[in-house]
Amino acid sequence: MNTVELSLGYIPLVDAAPLIVAREVGFAEEEGIAFDLNKAPSWSMLRDMLAHRQVDAAHMLSPVPIASALGLGGAPAQFDVLSIMSVNGDVIGVSTALAERMRDAGFEFGFTDAEAAGRALIGAADGPLRVGVPFPFSMHAELLFYWLGALGLAAPQALSVRTVPPPLMATAIADGDIDAFCVGEPWGSIAVEDGVGTLLLPGAAIWAFAPEKVLAVRKGWAEDEPDLSARVIRAVWRAGRWLDDQRNRQIASEILAREIHLDVPAEILDRALSGHFIVSGAGEHRSWPEFVTFHDGAAAFPWRSQAAWIGNMLAARTGLDRQAAMQAARQVFRSDLHRRALSSLSVDLPGASEKLEGGLGEPQEVASQFGSLILRRDAFFDGRIFDLSKTE
Amino acid sequence: MAETESLCIVVVESDPDRARLIVDSLELSGDHEIIVIAAESALARRVTELEPDVVLVDIRSPSRDALEELALASGPLERPVAMFVDKSEAGLTRAAIEAGVSAYVVDGLRPERIKPVIDAAIARFQMFQQMRSELEATKLALQERKVIDRAKGILMKARNIDEDAAYALLRKTAMAQGKKVAEVAESLVMAAGMLS
Repeated sequence: MNTVELSLGYIPLVDAAPLIVAREVGFAEEEGIAFDLNKAPSWSMLRDMLAHRQVDAAHMLSPVPIASALGLGGAPAQFDVLSIMSVNGDVIGVSTALAERMRDAGFEFGFTDAEAAGRALIGAADGPLRVGVPFPFSMHAELLFYWLGALGLAAPQALSVRTVPPPLMATAIADGDIDAFCVGEPWGSIAVEDGVGTLLLPGAAIWAFAPEKVLAVRKGWAEDEPDLSARVIRAVWRAGRWLDDQRNRQIASEILAREIHLDVPAEILDRALSGHFIVSGAGEHRSWPEFVTFHDGAAAFPWRSQAAWIGNMLAARTGLDRQAAMQAARQVFRSDLHRRALSSLSVDLPGASEKLEGGLGEPQEVASQFGSLILRRDAFFDGRIFDLSKTE
Repeated sequence: MAETESLCIVVVESDPDRARLIVDSLELSGDHEIIVIAAESALARRVTELEPDVVLVDIRSPSRDALEELALASGPLERPVAMFVDKSEAGLTRAAIEAGVSAYVVDGLRPERIKPVIDAAIARFQMFQQMRSELEATKLALQERKVIDRAKGILMKARNIDEDAAYALLRKTAMAQGKKVAEVAESLVMAAGMLS
C-alpha cells in the first residue's frame, strides 16, 4: 500500500487523543497514511482551515458541522461527520467566590449529582449567571442550556452563556467577567491549578453519553476519496480502541504531554484520562470513572439521533423550525460512511443508525450486525428521553 | 450609509508595535476611523459597544472565537457581524487566511467598499509573516554557527590542527555522508559530550 500524506487539524485538548495516538502509535501508518497534524489556535480558525482546504480532516466540536448545515454563525462550508472522536469529557467549574457561597449554603461539591449541583449553583448566584464556554456551537453550551433550563433558569434573562477561549478562561474568572465555565480538559484542571476555579460536575453527570468531538471533513470529500476516507476512519477507530484499554491511558498521557502536542504536564492530563480529579485549591479529590470515552459502547458510531438532538437544541434557541433542523442535522452524521469503512474489519456495529437518546439508565445489550453489542448508560440527569419518532 | 462615508475599523492586536504598523497601512487605504483593542478579555462586549463595520484579528489569536458569537447577535440594538467569507469571492478570503488575518464584516456592506481595507491588511500581515520566517531563519543560522564553532574547537584540540583544517575536515565528512556541515558538527558535539 502506498503511503499518502493527509493534513489534519486539531485543537490541543485531551480529546484530540485519537488523532495524536493514530500517528504516534502507528495506526495511521498501518492504514498507509502519514498524518500531518496541524495545531489550530481557535475553533473558528480550524473550521476555516478545513473549509478552505488547508487541512482535509479535523477534530471538531460536534455541534459545529450541524450549525453550518443550519446556516448558523460564520459558515464558510458544509461538513460531513465520519466518526465520533470522543464521548463526554467536559467539566463544569465555578469561581472561587461562587464556590464559597455554595459551601456556605451547605453544598459539598460531590461531583456526581447534577440536580443538587444545579440547584446549589442557582441558589448562590447573585444576578444573572454568566458562564464561559469555548465556542457558541459546542456540547459545552448545549449541556448548560439543557441542564440549567430544566432547573428553571431561563436564557438569556437569568443565564448568559458567553464565548471565552479556554486559554483566557482563568483571566475572565479573575476579572469577574464570568461566574462559571464549562470546558474540555485540561482547561478545568488548569483553572484549579491556577487557583481560580473549583470543579463542580463532569459533563457526563448531565448527559451520560454526549457526543463531544467528531472527525469532520468537507461535505463530499469522503465520496470523492472513498478509499482514503475509509482508511482515516479505521485509523482513528483503532486509536480509540487502544485508548479505551485502561492500561494504555498512562502512556497516552505521556504522548499527549509532549511539547509538539498539548505541552501540558502528564500529571494534569492523567486526571481526565483516569477520571480522578483534584477539584479545588484545597486539594479535594473526586472521581468519575470513564470521564472521557473513545471506543467502548460503540462510542465512535455517529448516531443520526445524536445529530438530531443537537439540531433540535440549536433550533430551539435560535428560533429555527425544529423539524427542518432535525432533518438537516441527521444528514450530517454519516453513519453510512462509518459503517462502510469498518465493514472490512469485522467490527460489530449497531444494527440501527438511530436510537432513543437518554433511554438507557443502565448498560444494555442491543441488536448488532453480528448478534449483540453492549451500549453504555446514556441517561439525561432529569430522566427525559429524546425520541426522534415522537417528535414528528 | 453613503458610499463616501468612512468605515469604522477595529483592530484586535495586543502588540503595540504591530498595531501601529497595521493602523498605518489601513490609513493609506482610505479615510477610516481605526480603533485598536489590545486586551483580549471581554472582547465580544467591547466590539459590540464600538459598533464597527470591520473587525480585523490575527488568526493566531485564540480570542477570535469570542468574535464568532457576534455572528449570532440579533437583538434590536445589535448589528449582526458576518464572517467576510460569506460576502466575497473565496480567493480573497483564502489570501487573508494564508496571510494570517481574518476579517469580520458587518452584514450588508458592499464588497467593493471592504476590499481596499482587506487588501491593505493582507499586505501588512504578509509582511509580518515574512519578518517572522526571516527571524526564524536568522536564529537557526546563528544556532548552527555556534555548533560548528564548538565542533571546530573539539577537533582542533583532539587532532591538534588549526581552525581552517578543522572546518575542512567537517566539510569533507559532511560531503562524504551527504549531510549538512551543521548536522555533522551537531553529532560530533553530542558524541564529545558523551565521551567527556
